[in-house]
Amino acid sequence: MIEIGLGHYLSLGAIIFFLGVIGIFLNRKNVIVILMSIELILLAVNINLISFSIFSGDIVGQIFTMLILTVAAAEAAIGLAIIVIYYRNKGSIRVEDIHGMKG
Amino acid sequence: MLVHSIFFYFFSVIAIFSSLMVITSRNTVNSVFFLILDFISVGCLFIMVGAEFLGMIILIVYVGAVAVLFLFVVMMLNVAEQKQSWFIGKKSTHIPTGLIVSVLILLELLVVVGGWKYKDSIMSSSTLELSNISNTHQLGLVMYTDYILYFQMAGVILLLSMIGAILLTFRQRKGVKKQSYFNQISRNPSSSIELQEVETNKGVKIDD
Repeated sequence: MIEIGLGHYLSLGAIIFFLGVIGIFLNRKNVIVILMSIELILLAVNINLISFSIFSGDIVGQIFTMLILTVAAAEAAIGLAIIVIYYRNKGSIRVEDIHGMKG
Repeated sequence: MLVHSIFFYFFSVIAIFSSLMVITSRNTVNSVFFLILDFISVGCLFIMVGAEFLGMIILIVYVGAVAVLFLFVVMMLNVAEQKQSWFIGKKSTHIPTGLIVSVLILLELLVVVGGWKYKDSIMSSSTLELSNISNTHQLGLVMYTDYILYFQMAGVILLLSMIGAILLTFRQRKGVKKQSYFNQISRNPSSSIELQEVETNKGVKIDD
């Protein structure tokens, strides 16, 4: 309990990952919150990579964290652009209203 | 080690609480606020555990760019209003949440600066110190040599996302008069000047 080890960090990452996945399913308001949940999931992956990198003394995990960060930023930019043009065309981004592909 | 565990529990409890609030809060603007708080908590955790460069990068990229982008889009699309706001009555005000989040962020920054200053007395375990050169130096030594291809590919991905975002949201407006430099420069006298015989008492008709 007092001694903080790898397991504590992995548990934190697992909890945040879980909350992100729950957020995708729970959410019925708008698509932006789903994008935020995806950001939470990527953050949990980063926590895992960095804690493994620190506790095993290998720097490569932190490099992969930087690459994940790049992909997360690109994904947020493209996703928000898609949401903006969807809102411009349809006037709503509620999750129930988005059924153009009959999914 | 006791101080390390206190810091760890402080930051991780705030991170878990704020990620819970991201997915459950009624107001989307409040969700973005708590997302910022979550990023800052995890960034402080990274700084504390010894990955200072990535902690700072998370503060700059996530909080400074991604979360603010989310905030811009939420405010631009006018989807922030929900049926009920969970603080005070019907007045949809973001001030209480903003105050709570910013006070928590201030507290965290104070804690992480204190913890980083007395880092050697807090973290005695040898696994956390990789060597005597700094974290940023180590990262650069590996990233610009062995992983240069991945680094370049990350740059290309960023360029592609920038082009994609601009291309998607670009909109050509109708009825806006703009100066066309190419048409201006490519005129020549034979196509734009015309000599006309003006007959008496008739005048010249310019536009057909």
